[in-house]
Amino acid sequence: MFELIGIPPQALFGQLLLGLINGSFYAILSLGLAVIFGLLNIINFTHGAQYMMGAFIAWMLLNWVGIGYWPSLLLAPIVAGISGVIIERLFLQRLYHLDHLYGLLLTFGLALIIQGLFRNYFGSSGLPYQIPAELRGGQNLGFMFLPNYRGWVVVASLVVCLATWFVIEKTRLGAYLRAATENPTLTQAFGINVPLLITLTYGFGVGLAAFAGVLAAPVYSVNPNMGADLIIVVFAVVVIGGMGSILGAIVTGFGLGIIEGLTKVFYPEASATVIFIIMAIVLLVKPAGLFGRTA
Amino acid sequence: MTNFRMNRRSVLAGAAATAFTARSMAQAQQPINIKIGVLNDRSGLYADLTGEGSAIAARMAVEDFGAAAKGLNVQIVSADHQNKPDVGANIARQWYDTDAVDAIADVPTSSVALAINQITREKNKIFLNSGAATSDLTGSQCSPNTVHWTYDTYMLSQGTGGAMVKAGGDTWFFLTADYAFGHALERDTTAVVQRAGGRVIGGVRTPFPGTDFSSFLLQAQASRAKVIGLANAGGDTVNSIKQAAEFGITAGGQKLAGLLVFVNDVHALGLQTAQGLVLTETFYWDLNDSTRAWSRRFAPQRAGNMPSMVQAGVYGATLHYLKAVAATKTKDAAQVMAWMKANETDDPLFGKGTIRADGRKLHPAYLFEVKKPSESKGPWDYYKQLATIPAAEAFRPLNAGACPLVRA
Repeated sequence: MFELIGIPPQALFGQLLLGLINGSFYAILSLGLAVIFGLLNIINFTHGAQYMMGAFIAWMLLNWVGIGYWPSLLLAPIVAGISGVIIERLFLQRLYHLDHLYGLLLTFGLALIIQGLFRNYFGSSGLPYQIPAELRGGQNLGFMFLPNYRGWVVVASLVVCLATWFVIEKTRLGAYLRAATENPTLTQAFGINVPLLITLTYGFGVGLAAFAGVLAAPVYSVNPNMGADLIIVVFAVVVIGGMGSILGAIVTGFGLGIIEGLTKVFYPEASATVIFIIMAIVLLVKPAGLFGRTA
Repeated sequence: MTNFRMNRRSVLAGAAATAFTARSMAQAQQPINIKIGVLNDRSGLYADLTGEGSAIAARMAVEDFGAAAKGLNVQIVSADHQNKPDVGANIARQWYDTDAVDAIADVPTSSVALAINQITREKNKIFLNSGAATSDLTGSQCSPNTVHWTYDTYMLSQGTGGAMVKAGGDTWFFLTADYAFGHALERDTTAVVQRAGGRVIGGVRTPFPGTDFSSFLLQAQASRAKVIGLANAGGDTVNSIKQAAEFGITAGGQKLAGLLVFVNDVHALGLQTAQGLVLTETFYWDLNDSTRAWSRRFAPQRAGNMPSMVQAGVYGATLHYLKAVAATKTKDAAQVMAWMKANETDDPLFGKGTIRADGRKLHPAYLFEVKKPSESKGPWDYYKQLATIPAAEAFRPLNAGACPLVRA
């Protein structure tokens, strides 16, 4: 059996696949951030809390209403999206003409409040959420055991990411959205309801975060801090991909998941920092990010 | 208030009734003011197993002791150290210097506890630690002002580690949280495994806190070790156990050793995922009649959550401290500590026990296995007891900890 840099190929393939799975979460989360930043110019620090809300809403639906995993995949993002719409209408709308910093501070504050409320009510140690019966078990791929659920995560996130990209880049609705970002006054003059478009976009971005939260609920600990742990990494992903670049967010999300996965094999201690090292290098070499347009 | 009445009754029934009553009346005129600061994690990952629950436990100790009737005016204050040594140290200094706090209780997170240990010694106050794991508190860093009540890394490794090797798990692979606590737990467990004739064949240091452990778990799987030792805590443990089940590691015959698992973690995992896990604790709410009675008083104050062993330890330590102040009629740290070490401890949660010269509180530890969902009769019915480890075996021998107080 041959070895690659001291690692048997089986292990290497396994780790590549795991990286891809983690990358799926990064991709959906950074996609939501990129959509919100690209169209609203808001750095949405509430994103981690909204991801956490997705997982908790799925738990509430199951334990309080008896609604299982599959409907939750749709319902939790809708509920979270509505809360996003309320936030946009109440707060964010007043900040568009101000510096980025105000939006960042507001959303950061909101994230702390939301996390505090959930912690107060549900405690900090977390809640159990089982893998749906249809996706229990796994496949033996020869080089690793792939749980069915993880396979589903990759497929679901790829589909959602590509669909989002398609809608924004290739459809008439997406064209309106892009026009509204480019020149809101002119777009409004063509009879398009720009404020509504922006509100719904924020709601959609939040929904994406909540969707990732529901996907994460069966495999990660469902606790009020789950988003706070992840959001910093996701921001690094967005910065590397280029703020506001849809395709950049998707590609770097998956790519960095793989790089992180490989680091976990070669030098585990650095796996939490490798993304930030890459971020620093990208900022030095290409400040607008790998896929970003220089302003 | 039953305890208050009981105390009154026993006082009245006392033989030297006149003299005694006269003295307690004199005390009643000049109560000793005591302030106990409960310092722990009130917002982060350890908030459920320490947090406000520990403050409630301390208040219950004051109430059960009938402090007011014994001439003690006790106030419980609390603060959040956010698991950061600098934040904890600042609060402790402020408490001791300007807020007239006499003793600090709880303090989970080893790095913070070691800082408070130092400050308490410097200010000559009293530190009643319940939440921290590191065995260095009664080892190389031991202090004449510190009692380490509930558990430590030595005891955890002795209990769970010893039991796993005895059951045939003689090859180990560690998943270690990459900070002081994880390293200490790995070190102590490795010693136990090797002493019992086992071997450690690999390990990986995981960044703290972590979310995805699947990559590390696959490395553990590839090592073919019989036991995967989880030298981590809180969310890290929950995530690794959840994902080990998902990747079919436990189904494949490898066993997980959760070296530090609290009842709250099992609650978070759910029995479906946690079943079969072997763990060591020194307190479980459903251990006997007195733990059940106490826990049923505790739970309603914590939205139905049963107490953790850390919260129970805060209760036991506070109770013993109050007894010491009432008996010595002073807050002088040296005298109070001398009384606490000279007299047997006795409380409904840990039973009878002693405090050793190095500050180590001794009581039995229990080896538990998490029940199958079918075996559980309801919420919080999680453990079945496999063995009782006598205090003398559970904790490190007095002369093996390199505590300077012992050599003197």
